[in-house]
Amino acid sequence: MEKLFQKVSFTSASLVLALLLGIFTTLFVAAKPAIDEFGLKFIIDKRWNQEVALPSDILNAETTPTITDEAAVDEDEIIDEDDEMILDEDEDDGTLTKTVYGGLVPIVGTLLSTIIALAFALPIAMGIAVFLAEIATKNISKFVGMAIELLAAIPSIIFGMWGLYYFAPIIAEAFGGYQVSLLTAGLVLGVMILPFMAAVTRDSMNTTPDVLKESAYALGATKFEVVKDIIFPYSKVGIIGSIILALGRALGETMAVAFLIGAVYSMPDKITDPTISIPVAMAVNFGEASGLGESALFYLGLVLFVLSFAIISLAKFYFLKKAK
Amino acid sequence: MRLLINKIFLALSIFSATIGLGFLAWILITLFIQGLGSLHLSLFLNDLVDGGLRNLIVGQLILALLAGAIGIPLGMVAGIYIREYGRGKYAAFIRDLSDIMMSAPSIVIGAFVYAVAVRPYGGANGFAGIIALSIMMIPIIINTTDSMLSLVPKELREAGIALGASKYRVILDIVIKAAKVGIMTGILLAFARIAGETAPLLFTSETSNYFSVDLTESFPSLTVSIYNLANEPEQSSRDLAWAASFILTVMVLIINLLGRYITRNKK
Repeated sequence: MEKLFQKVSFTSASLVLALLLGIFTTLFVAAKPAIDEFGLKFIIDKRWNQEVALPSDILNAETTPTITDEAAVDEDEIIDEDDEMILDEDEDDGTLTKTVYGGLVPIVGTLLSTIIALAFALPIAMGIAVFLAEIATKNISKFVGMAIELLAAIPSIIFGMWGLYYFAPIIAEAFGGYQVSLLTAGLVLGVMILPFMAAVTRDSMNTTPDVLKESAYALGATKFEVVKDIIFPYSKVGIIGSIILALGRALGETMAVAFLIGAVYSMPDKITDPTISIPVAMAVNFGEASGLGESALFYLGLVLFVLSFAIISLAKFYFLKKAK
Repeated sequence: MRLLINKIFLALSIFSATIGLGFLAWILITLFIQGLGSLHLSLFLNDLVDGGLRNLIVGQLILALLAGAIGIPLGMVAGIYIREYGRGKYAAFIRDLSDIMMSAPSIVIGAFVYAVAVRPYGGANGFAGIIALSIMMIPIIINTTDSMLSLVPKELREAGIALGASKYRVILDIVIKAAKVGIMTGILLAFARIAGETAPLLFTSETSNYFSVDLTESFPSLTVSIYNLANEPEQSSRDLAWAASFILTVMVLIINLLGRYITRNKK
């Protein structure tokens, strides 16, 4: 019995490893056709689901791609069906076309929306953390801390809906541009990671020994000086770790962003333009994709997985370990 | 000057806290006004096909509960291994991996489950949704179990061993009992979190307009339906989405508060 229990518990623990390897392998295998087809250039190619003319003869080597617009999703299904790059005789001008998928637009959209979210959430989260750790009395800190944690518990789809119907119109009014845009998506994402970031930062700040703070106060330091010169240097590494952890969360967030980013494959010229992010591309296009298109989405998923894995590992193993 | 800077600093910090609370209030008030305005008793009696939410609420609960039925025991036993049996590097390695998985993008987990349980099967099914949710839940449960067991004093274990109990008896009868409240809280928080998930269900269980307990077909999900309804142009669909969001949020927050309440009462 003892042996059995030990075996079972060992197996369950190993399941985590198996799952992670399984996720990675499965994504890789599913993405393989797209990886073979586009290679690493995928991540710097900004065309998604576009038909590109192939050189019909050698003279025509420098072809100008005939680009159809983003709405071509449905037309391309026929071409994609056979899991293979099908060369199609284009009836109009007799040139061969193929469909090209590149991940640059969703990758840039993901990074930019995350950066906007961080830029918005960071100062507020720091302020809240300082308030909770240093300024508020115990009861107020408890109450506000609880409220902030409840904010973190609200499902992300609620943030998306609220953002679309209540927050975005105000932002669009203030900054111009579209209601669904990189900016509104980034800001709502910022509101969403705010409580998480504040809570983890507060925990880091709370690790500062009271003796250090008290000594500084005894020397006549103001609260600002204590935070700046004592708490911040002491918990710096932990705070950076928390920020990166929040960044990792923001990268992979789907629902809050799906409502607001616009879900169009176009490179934004301005911050108020609509675009798309990796999770949103997967959420929106997965259902209708097949063949190479689906494989390209798995490729995007793999990129996201590796990216967030790297970022979270960095936060956990470098910064947060060091902070302990 | 120093005092002025200090005042400005304090004001800014309090201002940030106000903004944070302001957002919470804004979202909750919006939900209350929109949700209560569209809330009727008939929503709980009809299915989505007749303009109600009954099938979705039941479906979401079934998905989350069954995911818990898989995720909670697996996560707990794995957490026990890491804390009680694991020696050295392997246990630490698994703990780190589990921490990373806790923050893995949920949509990627959805895509993984799609590749292993939806595509080969030939269509969306409730089982796939349950698998996706339980994969999200396992690392959270491991994390809580692990940290709650670490709070149990070593003397309790030694006392059990000294009485001649075998190790697994000591763990199940003494250590787990001592950490019961903390683990319970962790389970409730994890449950609240996965009950509100949308992304892992989008292409695994999808959703259904009809009442169904058949896990081999696409399965009604409250969150996925909120997403669909909110994107529809008709005002009636959006009202329904708000009502559904209200119900979902109330459900999630109650479970969450319940979890916190248990811990506080114990202390």
